[in-house]
Amino acid sequence: MRPADKLVRAAAGFQCQIELERAGQIADCRSILSLLTLGATQGSELVLRAQGPDADEAIRVIRLMFDQQFDEHNVEQST
Amino acid sequence: MKFSVFISKKAICAELTATTKEGVITELVQSLVNAGDIKDADKADIIKAIMKREELGSTGIGRGVAVPHTKHASVEKLIGTVGVSPAGLDFESLDGQVASLFFLLVSPPDRPGDHLRALENISRQLRDDMFCRLLRQSKTIEDISQLLDEADGSSFGT
Repeated sequence: MRPADKLVRAAAGFQCQIELERAGQIADCRSILSLLTLGATQGSELVLRAQGPDADEAIRVIRLMFDQQFDEHNVEQST
Repeated sequence: MKFSVFISKKAICAELTATTKEGVITELVQSLVNAGDIKDADKADIIKAIMKREELGSTGIGRGVAVPHTKHASVEKLIGTVGVSPAGLDFESLDGQVASLFFLLVSPPDRPGDHLRALENISRQLRDDMFCRLLRQSKTIEDISQLLDEADGSSFGT
């Protein structure tokens, strides 16, 4: 749940619409309630999509967050 | 994951009286002890673990809802309870609003994804205004229990 929290905080800094999709279900990155409905656990395959003036930057920043595993480093990654 | 899989009905709290974050977590964990889902000897440690998780970021997810949780080796399966605080209280929620609906979860350390599957269901139901309203209006354990059963039957959410 902490990664979801971090995603919401990051998404709030952009003007563009940012969505995550898992198995055909789409969630709004600005809403933690929406993100949690994805039920995405570690290892889930997600599609990141952004649309708007700063979409490229949003994709870059959020992809980096995933690559860096939300700075959780194996410490209770999924909570 | 349906409510019936992880919510201990005997531990449901229809009228929480605590006015602080630690107080409400203690009240909900005590309720799980009273229901026989958690041993009294593990209570203090579980409360401490949940509070430690809260320090990393509030589990107050907005819309008056909080989902305090932890992993703990003393449980063999995911166990949880629901509580309603008629007055609401400050849970340092993300949206700054008071929290009045609580879903407390304790999961075994070797099943890290379970609480996320529970949160998936909780969050999906909570997106339904009717479900939130009915839960807040619930006055008895039976009311809440029935509401959760109806939610499991997909009366709410999608």
